[in-house]
Amino acid sequence: MSKLTPVLSAHWDDKDSFTIAGYSRHGGYSSFKKALAMEPDAVIQIVKDSGLRGRGGAGFPTGTKWGFIPQGDNREHYFVVNADESEPGTCKDTPLLMANPHVLIEGIIIGSYAVRANHAFIYIRGEVSHVVRRLLQAIEDAYKAGFLGKNILGTGFNLELTLHIGAGAYICGEETALLDSLEGFRGQPRLRPPFPAIAGLYARPTVVNNVESVASVPAIIEKGAEWFSSMGSEKSKGFTLYSLSGHVKNPGQFEAPLGITLRELIDLAGGIRNGNKLKFWTPGGSSTPILTSEHLDIPLDYESVDAAGSMLGTKALQIFDETTCILRAVLRWTEFYKHESCGKCTPCREGTWWLVQMLGNLENGVGTEEDLAKLLDICENIGGRSFCALADGAIAPIISSLKYFRDDYLAHFKNGGCPIDPVASTLFVSAKVGA
Amino acid sequence: MSYDEKTNGQMDAIIARYPRSRSAIMPMLHLIQSRDGFVTPTGIEFISEKLGLTTAEVYAVATFYSQYKRKPVGEYHVGVCTNTLCAVMGGDAIFAGLKDHLGVGNDEVTNDGKISVEHIECNAACDYAPVVMVNWEFFDNQTVESAKTLVDDLRSGKNPAPTRGANKVSTFKETSELLAGFNDGHAEEGVQAGPATLLGLKIAKEMGAQL
Repeated sequence: MSKLTPVLSAHWDDKDSFTIAGYSRHGGYSSFKKALAMEPDAVIQIVKDSGLRGRGGAGFPTGTKWGFIPQGDNREHYFVVNADESEPGTCKDTPLLMANPHVLIEGIIIGSYAVRANHAFIYIRGEVSHVVRRLLQAIEDAYKAGFLGKNILGTGFNLELTLHIGAGAYICGEETALLDSLEGFRGQPRLRPPFPAIAGLYARPTVVNNVESVASVPAIIEKGAEWFSSMGSEKSKGFTLYSLSGHVKNPGQFEAPLGITLRELIDLAGGIRNGNKLKFWTPGGSSTPILTSEHLDIPLDYESVDAAGSMLGTKALQIFDETTCILRAVLRWTEFYKHESCGKCTPCREGTWWLVQMLGNLENGVGTEEDLAKLLDICENIGGRSFCALADGAIAPIISSLKYFRDDYLAHFKNGGCPIDPVASTLFVSAKVGA
Repeated sequence: MSYDEKTNGQMDAIIARYPRSRSAIMPMLHLIQSRDGFVTPTGIEFISEKLGLTTAEVYAVATFYSQYKRKPVGEYHVGVCTNTLCAVMGGDAIFAGLKDHLGVGNDEVTNDGKISVEHIECNAACDYAPVVMVNWEFFDNQTVESAKTLVDDLRSGKNPAPTRGANKVSTFKETSELLAGFNDGHAEEGVQAGPATLLGLKIAKEMGAQL
C-alpha cells in the first residue's frame, strides 16, 4: 500500500484544477451544501471529532478553536484565513492555492457558517502575483455561482469574502499581528489574552486558521470524521502536506498521513543528492530546532517531534547535506529574524541585532570558545520575553546547532574563517555531477 | 494633489470591501504604487484625506512593509531569495552575479530604469530553489547564467514567461494594481502546478493510489 495519501493534492495534475469547473468535476462544492443543511454546532462537532489540528505550525485543534467563538452574543463574528506563508522552508499553501483556490473557499464557507460569521477574509502575502490572480478569479466565480453573497443557495446564510493582500512582513503570519495589519495598522503582535476568539478583528470574536487547515475541512465533511481520524497517529490525525526542499534528489510536495518518517520521505524524494550524507534538517521551518541524521526514524507527528526536542511546525523539511556550513545557515536565518522583528519588544529588536553581529564574527573566524557561551546567554535573555514567538524562533537554530555541531563552530576559529567551500552546496554543482 | 476619476473610483471600491475604512490602507498604498511607481507624498496625503487620518498615521503603515517603496524601482523589480535554503543552493551566487552584471547594488535601479534588484526573504517556493522573483512572479530553479539571461531579456523587451505564472511578466505598476485587489484577467494563464508540486501525487499514482 502506498505511504502517500493524496487528498488535497489528488487532482492537482488536471490542467484546469484551479477553475470552478475543474474543482466541481471531482465533487467540489458539494460538501458545503451538506454542511449548510446541518446545525452549525453539528459542523463544529464533526471537525472536533476528526481530530484536525492547525496546519500553520502550532497544531491547535481546529474544531476546539471554532468552539471558542461565543454564540448568541449579538456581535459580528469574523472568519480569517492566514495565507501569509513566510516561515523559511514553508512552501505548501502557495502551491495549494495556485492549483486549487476553490477548496479553500469551500472550507471558508463551511467554517464561517459553523462559527456564525458573515464576513470572511483571506490574508495572502503580497509577493505571489499569480496566486493573488487565481484567488481573485476564484472568489469572483464563487460569487457568480451563488456560493458567496446574500442568501447562499436559498439557505438564508450570508457570507462576504474579501481577499486582503499583504505587503511584505513575515510577522503578519502571527495571528494577532495579522489582525492589526488587516485593520490597517503596522503588523505588530498583540498581548494575549484576550485571544482572537473573544476580541479579534475589530475587537470581535474571530477565528484565524491556516490555509491547509481550512482546505482540509470539505473532505472531512464529505467523508466523515472517522475517515479522517483513521489516518495518522494517535494524537495527530489525518493527512498533511510535507514539503521537502534542499539537498534531496527530487524536492517536492508529499501528502501523507501524519507520522511518516523523514527516512521514508527522503526515499520517495530519490535520496540525498549525489549520494551525499544528510547533515541537518528542519522539521517545520527555521523556527523549529534543527535535527540530524540521528532523527531519521522519528514519526513526523506533533508529539514525536516535540519529544525529540523540536516541533512539527509547518512540516517544511529543509534538507542540508554535508557540503553545508552550519554556521552560514544559522547566520542567514538570524539575519532573517533581525530583518523581520517588528521592533515592538526590546529583547527581540535588540537581541537579534546582537546575535547577527556575533554570528557574523564567528563565521569569519573571529572569536573564542567563550563567545559561544555568550551567544547562549543572549539567547536565554531573548527566549520567552516577547509578545509573540518570533524571538523564540530566532534562537531555535542557534541553540540547536550548538547542541549538535559545536565542533563546526570551533573549526571556524581554528581555520580563521569558514572551512567549507560555498560552491559545493549549490544546485549548480549537483546538476554538473548528475549530468 | 489629485488622481484621475478612475483611480478615485478604485479607491472608493477598496474602501467598500471592508466593514471599517481604515482597513483599506494597504490596498490603497498598492494602488498609489500602480500610479506613481512608489509611495509618493502626494499618495500619502490622498489616502489620509480619503480615510480621515493624519499623514503620519499613513506613513507609519507605509514604512512598515517592505513591498512599499519610498523611491522608484525598475519597471521589472527582481527579487533574489537569499534566505538560508535558497542562498545555499545558489541564491548568494545569483545575487552577486546579477549585481555585477547590471552594475547596481542592492535596492538600486539600472540607468535605463528597467531593472532593480533586491535580496528577498523566503518566498514559499523552496522546492524550486534557488528562486528569483520578477514583479512577484516565480522563476524557479535558477542559475547565475539563467538569471543574467532573464534580466537581459527583460531589458530588451523580450518578456520571458515565468515558470509558474502568467504568460508574461506585468510591469511593476501593473502588478501593483493587481496587488490592490483588481483582477487583471490573467488567472487562467500558466500552469496549474510545477513538477515539484506534483511529485508526491505522481509517485502515489505509480504506487497504485486510487483517486
